[in-house]
Amino acid sequence: MLEVKDLNLYYGAIHALKGISLVVHDGELVSLIGSNGAGKTSTLHAISGLLPISSGSVLLDGKDLQKVHPNKIIGLGLAHVPEGRHVFARMTVEENLLMGAYIVRDSKRVSENLEKVYAYFPRLKERWKQLAGTLSGGEQQMLATGRALMTDPSILLMDEPSMGLSPLLVKEIFSIIQTLHENGITILLVEQNAKMALAVADRAYVLETGRISMSGPAAELADDDRVRKAYLGA
Amino acid sequence: MKKNKTARGYFLNTAVIVLLFTAFQILTAAKGSQGAFKLVLVPSIWQCCYLMVLAASLNLVLGFMGQLSLGHCGFMAIGAYTAALLSLACERAEWFDGKNDPRFLAVLIISVLAAGLLAALFSLLVGIPALRLKGDYLAIITLGFGMIIINIINNLPFCGQDGLALGSAGASLYKNGLGFGSKAKVQFLWFALAVTILSLTLLFMFVRSKYGRAIKAIRDDEIAASASGINTSKYKVLTFAYSAFFAGIAGALYACTNATLSTSSFAFTNGGILNSTFVVVMVVLGGMGSLTGSAVAAVIMFLVNYEIKNGQWVSLLPASLSGIFEYPMLVYALVLIIVILFRPKGIFGTYEFSLQNLIPDIRNAIKRHRAAKAEKEEAKANA
Repeated sequence: MLEVKDLNLYYGAIHALKGISLVVHDGELVSLIGSNGAGKTSTLHAISGLLPISSGSVLLDGKDLQKVHPNKIIGLGLAHVPEGRHVFARMTVEENLLMGAYIVRDSKRVSENLEKVYAYFPRLKERWKQLAGTLSGGEQQMLATGRALMTDPSILLMDEPSMGLSPLLVKEIFSIIQTLHENGITILLVEQNAKMALAVADRAYVLETGRISMSGPAAELADDDRVRKAYLGA
Repeated sequence: MKKNKTARGYFLNTAVIVLLFTAFQILTAAKGSQGAFKLVLVPSIWQCCYLMVLAASLNLVLGFMGQLSLGHCGFMAIGAYTAALLSLACERAEWFDGKNDPRFLAVLIISVLAAGLLAALFSLLVGIPALRLKGDYLAIITLGFGMIIINIINNLPFCGQDGLALGSAGASLYKNGLGFGSKAKVQFLWFALAVTILSLTLLFMFVRSKYGRAIKAIRDDEIAASASGINTSKYKVLTFAYSAFFAGIAGALYACTNATLSTSSFAFTNGGILNSTFVVVMVVLGGMGSLTGSAVAAVIMFLVNYEIKNGQWVSLLPASLSGIFEYPMLVYALVLIIVILFRPKGIFGTYEFSLQNLIPDIRNAIKRHRAAKAEKEEAKANA
């Protein structure tokens, strides 16, 4: 279970996150939606230790992540699929996936996980020897997601997986997210595509200029007039 | 299956190296005393050896980790002076008696190792603060380091103007130690070759290991690398030190080859073959991310340098053309421009030459070439 309590974060003098609190229970798919600059990505970066927070706490299964060095956080079962994919462009697909399992010492577990990821994404298996930079946007998103899955994470943070993809690919990516969810992986999903994000999620939070303005079951939020007006274009 | 292939590769490479090595020893035994062999070929091989180690070690930082370091010759200078001074001290303490003494070999090995270790130690001092910087900033810091270290060495009482490099007399102070004359160069040629092969192998093993993969990940995307659990600053500093270790070893080989040391030969403004930008040129020429490419480029650049200085055809050129050869740096620049025009990724790109994969690689290249040609023709036919 991931618990974020009263998170505050500043960029210099700018107060970017103003007391964010949220909870992701085991096995849940929770969406965090909001417009540009609302603080979605900052929230994820604060959770995975990539940005220093000024106050508040992030607890993963009761353990305070603030006391853990960023490169150790992944070892606690929290994997982060960064915005804009960030694949290792001049390394092959398989090397990229192996990098995801960098902290896993047991080589048998690594090859098991590799098979598992290839089962989720058969397209990656076809292209295992190709340089990641030559993949299409959708394939790179699959690769970034597959790389995060290489550690068997207990929770997956996904940042804008639909960014820059064609509508067809967006559908495909979301069906993959749903499959992952059905297989019991806990997911915290950050999206601008509120419609899709609310369609797949169990619960959702709406972020507005650094504050959580609404929260609740995703289906309820999708029916809420304010949400519909602001984010669903209806 | 995969493991078997690696083992077979190691076996094949070792066998070929041993074969070449024995053939070379036989050749040396037969021709060792002849003029051209002793005075031209053997010194050239010594020079190629240290250039290869130097270029390959910089490639680790520049090509595989993607950090531009312009002070690599500074580490080489540290290595060269360490080795020379250590052997001089041993000579003065009379720990060995001439170059045939088996104890001399021990001194030689210790000097080379110490050269590498001290260079690595200095690289930690520079690297820990400097590698927090990126791109241009790191380049400028390392450039500054290269200049500073030359001045420090110049002003140290035991190795500066009054020490090793005191005119021609002082320069040959350590000639009974590590400084090799042409006869000793033939005698210890096996040592230079062994050190080079060992260094390149160790660099190769590093690149192929899990750590090599990690530094390539840092090069491609630092954020994603740290999100994958890599302590990026630790890896950067350690790789920098590993690379400096081999630059130091290259320096030790340089000290052996030249038998004289002067800091000006490592200086940034030096117009000869040994300045830090020149090493960068070698790495770019060979292909950033190919160790074998660096080794080949080092030999090519050595040959270019040698021909400019000694080639008889230069004097046959019309005066307007041969004028260019008065400025070697201009020629190196031209070579680099020509290579970049036709092969933008360097001669080898990221391809690694390998005996085992040579035939399949050639076959694949021909297949690709044919496919590209067929595609072009098809496109023409369609048009």
